Amino acid sequence: MNLVTLLGMHSGDVWYALPLIVVISLVYQATRHEHMGAILWGAARFGLWLVGFMVVASAILYFISIRL
Amino acid sequence: MTHVSPDHIAADEGPNLKDPVLAGCLGWLVPGLGHLYQGRWAKGILFLLCILGTFSFGLYEGGGRVVYASLRPNDRRLAYLCQIGVGLPALPALVQAQRFRSNTLREQVQKRARIGQARFFDWFMVPPEVSDDPRQEEPDELDDLHRQLHRFFELGTVYTMIAGLLNVLAIYDACGGPAFADEEADERRREEKSEEA
Repeated sequence: MNLVTLLGMHSGDVWYALPLIVVISLVYQATRHEHMGAILWGAARFGLWLVGFMVVASAILYFISIRL
Repeated sequence: MTHVSPDHIAADEGPNLKDPVLAGCLGWLVPGLGHLYQGRWAKGILFLLCILGTFSFGLYEGGGRVVYASLRPNDRRLAYLCQIGVGLPALPALVQAQRFRSNTLREQVQKRARIGQARFFDWFMVPPEVSDDPRQEEPDELDDLHRQLHRFFELGTVYTMIAGLLNVLAIYDACGGPAFADEEADERRREEKSEEA
């Protein structure tokens, strides 16, 4: 089973990560900065970094799983 | 010699934290309340919405049963140690754990549930009944909860745990201020100087 099919089957579950990414990014950056502009800009960058990290981690796990 | 007003100095040194210990305690009780006490309205509202929203959503997904306190040998609910970080909204679980220590109340509640007269506090944040023997064939209440809620039991637990942990960060910010406040102040000073020049 390829990664796209796997994600398609569990796409409903993947969406539950989205509000968590938004909230974690906002709260974490709010503890680093005081001004709303810096918080929002930092949260956007941190959120993208989180998504990227999750995609890379998922890809690594997928490639490990197909070799098992 | 340039005159520097006290207001200017206060603004450059970061936010006025007032009483940091009191702010931390208020921030634990209700997420964001410590910041509102310090007059940091934007951050207070942001913490309130984000943390309480996450906690409420998790509690809703878990049918009001994923936040409960239990140290029974067959059901040590360690997730509650994270959930308690959210403060007042998680405290009813402690009251419920105390109330449902006796089996008599549990039996009364089960009777009410059977005739369809269950009240809100008969189920909300109540520790589920667990059997002493894990190999017992008859499913206990915790098994039933997992069967009814399916993955939403774990999902709700994760959401409420993350809300509690995020509030720990918010409390730290209420007590100590933001991590990069000095850098932001330096940047403002540099901008002001360049504008003057």
